[in-house]
Amino acid sequence: MVLIRRFEEKAGQLYGLGLIGGFCHLYIGQEAVAVGIQSALTPGKDSVITGYRDHGHMLAYGIDPNLIMAELTGRAAGISKGKGGSMHMFSVEHKFFGGHGIVGAQVSLGTGLGFAHKYKGDGGVCVAYFGDGASNQGQVYESFNMAELWKLPIIFVIENNQYAMGTSVNRSSAEDKLFRRGESFRIPGLQVNGMDVLAVRGATEEALKWVQGGNGPILLEMKTYRYRGHSMSDPAKYRSREEVQEMREKSDPIESVKRHLAAAGVSEDEIKTIDQSIRKIVNDSADFAETAPEPAPSELYTDVLVETY
Amino acid sequence: MGIEIKMPALSPTMEEGTLAKWMVKEGDSVKSGDLLAEIETDKATMEFEAVDEGVIGQIVIPAGTENVKVGAVIAVMAGEGEAVSVPPPSAQAAPAPAPAQVESALPAAPEAAPEKAPAETGTDQLVTEAKAAASDPAVPAGTSYTKLTVREALRDAMAEEMRADERVFVMGEEVAEYQGAYKVTQGLLQEFGPKRVIDTPITEHGFAGVGVGAAMGGLKPVIEFMTFNFAMQAIDQIINSAAKTNYMSGGQMRCPVVFRGPNGAASRVAAQHSQNYGPWYASVPGLIVIAPYDAADAKGLLKAAIRSTDPVVFLENELVYGRSFDVPVLDDHVLPIGKARIVREGADVTLVSYSIGVGIALEAAEALAGEGISAEVIDLRTLRPLDTETVLASLKKTNRVVVVEEGWPVCSIASEIMAVCMEQGFDDLDAPVQRVTNEDVPLPYAANLEKAALIDAGRVVAAAKKVCYR
Repeated sequence: MVLIRRFEEKAGQLYGLGLIGGFCHLYIGQEAVAVGIQSALTPGKDSVITGYRDHGHMLAYGIDPNLIMAELTGRAAGISKGKGGSMHMFSVEHKFFGGHGIVGAQVSLGTGLGFAHKYKGDGGVCVAYFGDGASNQGQVYESFNMAELWKLPIIFVIENNQYAMGTSVNRSSAEDKLFRRGESFRIPGLQVNGMDVLAVRGATEEALKWVQGGNGPILLEMKTYRYRGHSMSDPAKYRSREEVQEMREKSDPIESVKRHLAAAGVSEDEIKTIDQSIRKIVNDSADFAETAPEPAPSELYTDVLVETY
Repeated sequence: MGIEIKMPALSPTMEEGTLAKWMVKEGDSVKSGDLLAEIETDKATMEFEAVDEGVIGQIVIPAGTENVKVGAVIAVMAGEGEAVSVPPPSAQAAPAPAPAQVESALPAAPEAAPEKAPAETGTDQLVTEAKAAASDPAVPAGTSYTKLTVREALRDAMAEEMRADERVFVMGEEVAEYQGAYKVTQGLLQEFGPKRVIDTPITEHGFAGVGVGAAMGGLKPVIEFMTFNFAMQAIDQIINSAAKTNYMSGGQMRCPVVFRGPNGAASRVAAQHSQNYGPWYASVPGLIVIAPYDAADAKGLLKAAIRSTDPVVFLENELVYGRSFDVPVLDDHVLPIGKARIVREGADVTLVSYSIGVGIALEAAEALAGEGISAEVIDLRTLRPLDTETVLASLKKTNRVVVVEEGWPVCSIASEIMAVCMEQGFDDLDAPVQRVTNEDVPLPYAANLEKAALIDAGRVVAAAKKVCYR
C-alpha cells in the first residue's frame, strides 16, 4: 500500500514536470482495495481486469515498478513498449488483463475471462473491477445477466470512490447502494469498508468461497475515496477541501494499517525502514523511466497484427 | 369458384420452397388456424395454417413437390355450401375475380396483377445465377468438386475447426437450439453440445465483450451476430477492445476472435437492417476483414479466420446463403487471407468487387462480352488487408477500372480502390475509375425505391462502357 502511495505521488510529480503525458489517474486513497483483494487471490490461477485507474493494481500484483513507470513516461522499456500509456497496461504473465480506457468495457471482458476459466476448467476466478461511474453503463448489466445465467466464476468489484469524475454517486444513481445492483439478476452483493485492508481481504475470502462453490458471480461494493482529482487535469471543484481532509485524517487506509502494526508490536523504526526502502524503489523507478530510451521509430508499425498476410 | 390457397412467402428472401407434406386431404373441412401443410424453405420447415373456413376442394400441388414458386396455387378450397370447381391450370393466368378474395373489392380493370409473382424488388436484381468462375489458384489441380450452398459451406468450416481445436466455440443469438436464425449453425449443437454452441440473451454489446474477453483468456470464439446491423451495439468492443489491445499492450495481448454474420441489404427489410459495414471495419488497423462471395471462398476463408491469431470481422450476405457453388473436396480447404482472386479473366476493363457485388459483376461481364467488351472480374475477398497488388496488375493489363459495391458510395471500399489506382496506377489509367454503388440514401422499403437504390448489372455495364469510351 505504501509502495502504491509513494509511486502515485511520484507519478504526479513527473506529470507536473511534463515527463508523463495524456490522462493519468492516480490511485491514492484507494490502496486497500487492490491490496486486500490481491492478498486473497492465487497468483497464476486467478485473473484480474480493471479500468484506466490501473497503476495501483499492477503494483499490488507484483509487477515491476520500473516497467510501469517507464510506460508512464512512454519509453521502450515500458510494459506496453510505450504504446499503451497510463490507461493501457497489461501483464499476461501475471494474468493481469488491463488497463482498459473505455468505462465499463472491462466488465464484459472480465465476464469473458470468467467464461474462459469455466470452459477450461482451470479452477480460476476472474476479478473484474469497475467504478461507481461505470456501474451505470448498460453492458455491466448485460454481463451480470450472462454471468449469473451461466454461473461464471467471477467477482464483480465496484470501487465506489464516490465520484464519477465530477458527479457524485447521489447525483448519478437512482439506486446508490451499489451492492444491490445485482439483485434483479440474483447476484448477491456485499458492501465493504474499502478503506480497511483487512475488511477487504475478509470479504474477498468469503466471495471466493461463494464463487468457487459453483454458485456463480458475487458483487462486492468497496466504499473508498480518492484523495486526488479524477485525473491529473481535474481541479476537483465538486467537493470541498474539508471533505478530503476529513477523509485523510479519519479513514486513511495506510494509517489504519500502521495502527494495527503498532498494536501487534511492530516498532516505529521498523516501519520507517520499510518506508525508506520503498522510497528508494520508487526513486529508482523514476530515474529508470526518465533515462530509458524512447521506442525506436520502427515500433510504430509493430504489433498491429500478430500474423503476416 | 373456390378460394385459392397459394404458396406463402415465409421469409423476406424466400422465392420458392418444397411442399413437404399435406396435413389435410380433399374433402376435409377446415377452419381458421387448422394446419394445412408443412413447407420447407432453405432455412426451416414451417407449418402453414388455414386462414378461411371451408372444405378442401382440390389439392393442386402434391406433397413432396420441390421448387414451388411463392404465389403458385397449391390448393383450392370451397366456401361454405359451395361446390368446388377448379379451373384448368392453363386458365389460371387470367381468373375471374374470386368473390372470397380481398382483391375482389378492388376495381376489376387491370386484372393480371393478383396472379403475378410478388413485385419485383431491388434485391431481386442482386440475385444472380452462379456464373462460371476461373479456378482458384490455391486449389490443387485435379481436385474434385461438390455443390454446396454458402450456408452449408460456412457450417462445415465451423464444424471442421471445432473438431480440430477444442478451444473453438460458437456463441450468439439463436445459434444453438433454434439452429441459427439463418440456419448457418445447423447441427452444431447436436455434434458439439451446449458447452461449445452457446445461445446468448439479446445482448450484443455484452456478448461481444464476453467473446473478446474469452479470446484474451486463451479461447477461440466465433461470435455470430444475427446481422451486422445489430453489431453497432457492440462496435466498441470490436474496435476498442479487440482491434487495439494487441498494439496497446506492446504485443502481449492476443485476441483470436471471429465476429461473423450477414451484412448488407437483405430483401425488403429497409434501412435499419440493410447496411454494408465493410468500409467501416476495413478502416480499422488491427482488424482483419473478410467478405467472401462464393461457397468455396466462404469455407476456406472462415477456416483461415478461425485459425488466425488476429481478430477477424467476417461479413456474410443473407441473399447469398442459399446459392450453391462448387466447393473443392479437400480434407482441409483453407485459403490465404488478404488475397484477391480473378474470377473471370478479361482484357478490356477490370471490374473490382466483393461479396454479393461479385455476382453482379459477373453478370455484367457476361453482358459486356455480348457487346464485344472483355471484362476481367476481381473478387477482393479480403477487405483488410486489401490486395492492391492484384488490382494494380489487372489495371496494368486493362487500363480501365470499375468498382462494384453493394453499399454506400461515400468513404467506401470503392473510394479506397479509386485512391489506390490514382496513387499507384495513375500512368496505367486510360479513363477515370468509375464506381457503381448503391444510392447515397438509407435503403427504402417500397419495392420500386429499393430497386432504384441498389446496384444492378445494367449500371455496371453502362459504367464499363463509359470507361471504354463506347
